[in-house]
Amino acid sequence: MTTPSQTVGPFFAHALPYAGDWELVPGGHPGAVTIVGRVLDGAGEPVPDALLELWLGETGGRSALARRGSGASGFGRCGTAPDGSFRFRTARPAGPYLALLVFARGLLKPVFTRVYLKDVPDPLLDSLEPARRATLVAEPEGPDAYRFDVRLQGERETVFLAL
Amino acid sequence: MTHPPYVYEAYRSTVLRAPSRAPLELKADPDAIETTSPVFGHDELGPLDSDLTRRHPGEPIGERIIVTGRILDSAGRPVRGTLVEVWQANAAGRYAHERDQHPAPLDPNFTGAGRCLTGEDGRYRFVTIKPGAYPWRNHPNAWRPAHIHFSVFGTAFTQRLVTQMYFPGDPLFAFDPILQSVPGGARDRLVSRFDLETTEPEWALGYRFDIVLGHTPMEDA
Repeated sequence: MTTPSQTVGPFFAHALPYAGDWELVPGGHPGAVTIVGRVLDGAGEPVPDALLELWLGETGGRSALARRGSGASGFGRCGTAPDGSFRFRTARPAGPYLALLVFARGLLKPVFTRVYLKDVPDPLLDSLEPARRATLVAEPEGPDAYRFDVRLQGERETVFLAL
Repeated sequence: MTHPPYVYEAYRSTVLRAPSRAPLELKADPDAIETTSPVFGHDELGPLDSDLTRRHPGEPIGERIIVTGRILDSAGRPVRGTLVEVWQANAAGRYAHERDQHPAPLDPNFTGAGRCLTGEDGRYRFVTIKPGAYPWRNHPNAWRPAHIHFSVFGTAFTQRLVTQMYFPGDPLFAFDPILQSVPGGARDRLVSRFDLETTEPEWALGYRFDIVLGHTPMEDA
């Protein structure tokens, strides 16, 4: 029987974040993009104690925890700020999307979604009505910058995937 | 299903944070990046990362314990070389976290965070201090049973698991909505067991806690 999930709770900031955790690639890396956004609850209020994890799809040459080596790391982590904001600097994925997990106090299990950097024909996107589809597509804010908000609940709730 | 639901009203913080729509089932796709997981290397971890009692000049206060177990996949096979992270309160029930305002003492010799990679048999092992129970403001006179937080990776990103390990026989179990949110038959999966074989004479009590990860998307296909 699978071990049940439990909430990450409010007190992980002394344990899970690490130096450079949000930087899958170093500053100035060719082709780097930034993804910024906020995590919001069902009342539209920021979630200041969430932890996000981004997965690019391959481990890469740069180590994930120590941030040593060259190239890109495949994994990043970012705790939200008091205004619910987070940021990642990453290489572009080989495909159209990156995988994103969000943990927080009040989430007894994480929510799991995808960040599409472009709106392209795709089995998952094509299965969604336009308003729902839009929740998975990051909004460009310049040539190498994107915005992606995570709405945990409510009218514009992000599409979440089964774990 | 052994996981708790997103909404469990007795745990008040779930009410505004739980998604209201059921999560979408992904169609099986061998090229989906969620079928893979990051790989972490031994050279990224420090030699003392798995001993939470040796991260400071002095020894922490409290009951020294050994916590060990295996990370297994849904077929019972060991998950090798995977990252296990733990964090916890100190023996007095206080986290080394700036927002924990519980009026219990901090321990200058205890931070309460550790990590390791599993061995060939899927085994992890931590040396730490038994954490204390602590109050929270979920409801009047609310106390969390003593627990250690675990974060585990598998071989697929969808297997990612964060959970809590409890200690056997804790009288607070029945009053804790976080543990009670788990369906009845699965709650005991979160309770470690005392193990005399893990216990080291004249030194530390031993507890065993195995973790079974969910199916990978490809196993479901």
